[in-house]
Amino acid sequence: MTIGASLPHDSAPLHVTGQARYVDDVPLPEGALHLAFGLSTEAHADITALDLTQVRAAPGVVAVFSAQNLPDMPDVSPTVHDEPLLAVGKVHYAGQPVFLIVAQSHLQARKAARLAKITYAPLPALLTVEQALAANSRFEQGPIIWSRGDVADMAKAAVVVEGEFEVGGQEHFYLEGQIAAAIPQEDGMHIIASTQHPTEIQHKVAHALHLPMSAVRVEMRRMGGGFGGKESQGNALAVACAVAAHATGKPCKMRYDRDDDMVITGKRHDLKIRYKAGADAEGRLIAVDFTHLVRCGYSQDLSLAVADRAMLHADNCYWIPNIRIESHRLKTNTQSATAYRGFGGPQGIVGIERVIDHLAHHLHLDPVTVMQRNLYAPMGSAPQTTPYGMEVDDSITDQILDRLMATSDYQARRKAVAAFNATSPILKKGIALTPVKFGISFTLTFLNQAGALVHVYQDGSVIVNHGGTEMGQGLNQKVAQVTAQVFGLTSVQVKITAADTGKVPNTSATAASSGSDLNGKAAENAALAIRDRLSAFIADKHGVEPQTVRFKDGQVRVGGEVYDFARVIAWAYQARVSLSSTGFYATPKINWDRVKGQGRPFLYFAYGASVTEVVIDTLTGENRILRCDILHDTGTSLNPVLDIGQVEGAYVQGAGWLTTEELVWNAKGHLTTHAPSTYKIPAVSDRPPIFNVDLWTVPNAEDTVGKSKAVGEPPFNLGISAFMAISHAISACGPAYPALNAPATAERVLMAVQRVQDV
Amino acid sequence: MTQVTFLLNGAPVCVTPANPSQTLLDYLRETAGLKGTKEGCNEGDCGACTVMVTDAQGARALNACILFLPQLQGKAIRTVEGLTGPNGEAHPVQTAMIAHHGSQCGFCTPGFVMSMATAQLNGDADHDTTLAGNLCRCTGYAPIIRAAQAAQTQPVPDWLNDASFIRAQISSGDPKGAESPLGAGGFGGASSPPVFRPASSDALADWYLANPLATLIAGATDVGLWVTKQLRDLGPVAFLNGVTDLQQIERQGALVHIGAGVTVEALRKALLPLHPSFAAMLQRYGSTQVRNAATIGGNIANGSPIGDGPPALIALGATLHLRRGGDMRSIPLESFFLDYRKQDRRAGEFVAGISIPAQAPALRCYKISKRFDQDISALCGCFNVTVDAGQVTAARIAFGGMAGISKRAAHVEAALVGQPWSLQTLKAATAAFAQDFQPLSDMRASADYRLLTAQNLLTRYFHDLSGQPVSVQQVHA
Repeated sequence: MTIGASLPHDSAPLHVTGQARYVDDVPLPEGALHLAFGLSTEAHADITALDLTQVRAAPGVVAVFSAQNLPDMPDVSPTVHDEPLLAVGKVHYAGQPVFLIVAQSHLQARKAARLAKITYAPLPALLTVEQALAANSRFEQGPIIWSRGDVADMAKAAVVVEGEFEVGGQEHFYLEGQIAAAIPQEDGMHIIASTQHPTEIQHKVAHALHLPMSAVRVEMRRMGGGFGGKESQGNALAVACAVAAHATGKPCKMRYDRDDDMVITGKRHDLKIRYKAGADAEGRLIAVDFTHLVRCGYSQDLSLAVADRAMLHADNCYWIPNIRIESHRLKTNTQSATAYRGFGGPQGIVGIERVIDHLAHHLHLDPVTVMQRNLYAPMGSAPQTTPYGMEVDDSITDQILDRLMATSDYQARRKAVAAFNATSPILKKGIALTPVKFGISFTLTFLNQAGALVHVYQDGSVIVNHGGTEMGQGLNQKVAQVTAQVFGLTSVQVKITAADTGKVPNTSATAASSGSDLNGKAAENAALAIRDRLSAFIADKHGVEPQTVRFKDGQVRVGGEVYDFARVIAWAYQARVSLSSTGFYATPKINWDRVKGQGRPFLYFAYGASVTEVVIDTLTGENRILRCDILHDTGTSLNPVLDIGQVEGAYVQGAGWLTTEELVWNAKGHLTTHAPSTYKIPAVSDRPPIFNVDLWTVPNAEDTVGKSKAVGEPPFNLGISAFMAISHAISACGPAYPALNAPATAERVLMAVQRVQDV
Repeated sequence: MTQVTFLLNGAPVCVTPANPSQTLLDYLRETAGLKGTKEGCNEGDCGACTVMVTDAQGARALNACILFLPQLQGKAIRTVEGLTGPNGEAHPVQTAMIAHHGSQCGFCTPGFVMSMATAQLNGDADHDTTLAGNLCRCTGYAPIIRAAQAAQTQPVPDWLNDASFIRAQISSGDPKGAESPLGAGGFGGASSPPVFRPASSDALADWYLANPLATLIAGATDVGLWVTKQLRDLGPVAFLNGVTDLQQIERQGALVHIGAGVTVEALRKALLPLHPSFAAMLQRYGSTQVRNAATIGGNIANGSPIGDGPPALIALGATLHLRRGGDMRSIPLESFFLDYRKQDRRAGEFVAGISIPAQAPALRCYKISKRFDQDISALCGCFNVTVDAGQVTAARIAFGGMAGISKRAAHVEAALVGQPWSLQTLKAATAAFAQDFQPLSDMRASADYRLLTAQNLLTRYFHDLSGQPVSVQQVHA
């Protein structure tokens, strides 16, 4: 069995020796040119004069493009045509590309980018959600409102809590910055890019060059991290390279310097959440009313789907009889917020978790008690429906909570935390449990499809290509394991190749945690098609039924005979049996009407829970994670060590989002945290010093590949328990419920402590 | 100076840099074709470009993105490509990283591997410290730590023999291998700005007097960013890492004299037994890679209002030694800092060293930042209060991040001296903070937070001296 085997990442030996090639490591043909953007310094302004004389005269500069000489300005938006490659007439955020330099070296291009003389006539800039709301600056005509029941039932509640808090954005901080290269061909363009979405790059480049998509080939071997940041944000680089390569006839490469990367590209959506919630005296929810003020930035990008997913996760694990969610997708003069692991889901979940926590605080109950009283009916009982009308028939949160509370010793530690706090005036501990239910499938239903291509060569070696992209998650390893399983081989016998639009067309982004669900199934189908032909062939030769043929341990068993796989392949080749197949998969059962907010957007849910213990300093607000215990649902794991890696990494990234990772814009709309010197992702000592991660491996009830569950995004939400634990620690300082904004930096924690103490 | 010679993955290399500020990373990737070393941030904050550099002092992890080639004269460099044995044998850290699933996207991995291999070579098992300068966005670090722990039990591979090579070069007197003094002269011909690599402070003093506009480069952890981020041309430069007489730490009676060229890491180690609180704070100064390059003289001369060395040194009552040509003068460190980025330093004058008391049992240094490791202070408060028979007899309190310079809290000190050492006295002194400091708001913290926290740190200090746990780093689950 290779499915379920804990095998290392296929590239690990290359990673540790420095041989793994990323886009910037690929040698380009002689004479390659290098690109850089000149950026807007204004958040919103008319460009009244654009003097690029010094830029053109700078050493090494070969060409300079701007709206002046690119009248047919390419668009780089993944959704609607609202992102010109270079600003036309106006700039809409500080950091927007205004001109493009093509130079002989990367450094020459960067230097020249600073020599422009741009005259701006500033316009009023909308930087905050309040400003955008007041100006009615938004995407779509008005707020999207989904509801069930009547939130006026709140009047029947024994307790009502209300609040408003900010949830910060997040910079992806993929270690490999955005990069692309274009190599002109005799009849089209070859692109290599660090992208989660090769087909989107192909589409945008073809559009920019007025070529059919068939004339553009995009290749992607691996990314140095993506996290959603390379779903749409690489379009600009690839299109710029293609335009420059087309104009100069030379290979062109563009790599953002880290500061440029952070200033130009979109981040996780920050938002403000307002809530009002009513419950009975035992904490059972009666009604919840949410308002999401989502800061989308200057262009639409993927914001509508992100804001939708925040709404779709506003229930998390809880049955809420009356609920109303009002979502404002606000257009601001800031970077265009984009996909980021969880895609709005974490923002939705943190909202309802604050509600549960607030109610528990009000009722002097353990939040876990309130959670348990509100969970969706467990799997096996009559299913309850989500606010959007999907039956939750696979809820295992009750079982996960029971087991995790036991293994983490939650109850005793909660008492120990209280005891510590009673005798510690300055340092306070907190502990919190957070459950997660995360919907799996793209909410844009047509994206839930994938293709694969499997070849078996006449010597018995196998190659697999699929529509997914490798960004570190081990997708290729998992797909290789799935493919190998079909042929009864080991995964090292299955060669993995770069994603390539010339091999598998019309791919969806590797996103929404869907990589192995979709591409694993497609590869399995491709391999099964070949195996069926082999079975028919060899069975016929032995006069047995095809279904009696077995592929196992590198051998084929048929009618009492045992042959090496390679021998059977050699025979099949000579007998003119096709040894190549495409495979296709489309997720079944799903349907979704996003206008009404009704349907079954997800095939299934992935579950999990975490317990985090923290300590805070009430004099400075400094805080540390002391311990974390996680139980996370992977179905039948395709590869447990890779899944544990996803869970551990997601937790730390999620905790970083809500603690140290603060994005700051100044009054002019400049992002002032645009480098790792000022934007602080978790470092090694920020990981929980005690970190117990376990997988819940009961097979997925749905027919997914190997009965597994998606694992990329769901555990990101487990980091929320760190934020809730900090809030719990703050609540030890006074009677009020902590008004804590995220990220809970030392400053925000201290200010929240002060507010609690001042009551 | 026209050429730089060093050992690269065991083979001698002699290069003529395009200019004195060509970085090692640029050379490795663009000239030497060694693409394993990655650029993640180009400012020394992510560690993806970490290499092992060996010289007479031993092996150190350094960030190649902010190392200039002339700094490497006579040293031995190992990149990830040079870690594997001559017959392709994996280094123990490479084996452990695979076995413990320490890589996901793999982009940070070469840097991690080099930091781990350096720590393994040096027998340093404090992985939270040795890896603080390497960021990973995928793994959450847990498997990397497991790998580091596994590798540390393995022997150091015998093919990593750079140190013995360096020793042999020095003993044989071969100037190519040793820290050879190279004379003045620019790269790229007579018209290019002069580049000087002195071998003594006397030589430096003479040259700098004649070239007072030159940039002095010791560790390049700040000047590196002038080049990689501000894209500045440096003009005349002197590289100081051959000036060994400024790299000494000497005990002189009740004082310790620290040469300006002492790295922050060397200082941290020397201070461990003397001023443990200062040393602990320096453990959070940059990262291992940054501390291995940065010097205390650079930290002072830079005059940054958020440098972590000066507040502690001022609280200790450090004396600063400056040299101009043959003239030496010594001043209290706090008087060196005149105004934002303005120091009491004459043209051609350089920081030669500092003297600090060898003992100050009441010294406590508190650094407040968004992230514990490898972050720049929002504020840094250093306290050195003398209490005699319950009365405050002397107080030296200094802060970074609270003003345009590292600055003493003179009014707070005045409010304490002569008073009983009590929470009541502290409370009374609280108001004095606003007289001493009108901090700014920026991306690291608001003015309100800085002022409030500065006040609260005095309370922390009181409890700290009485032996109470006052830091979240002292608490465990």
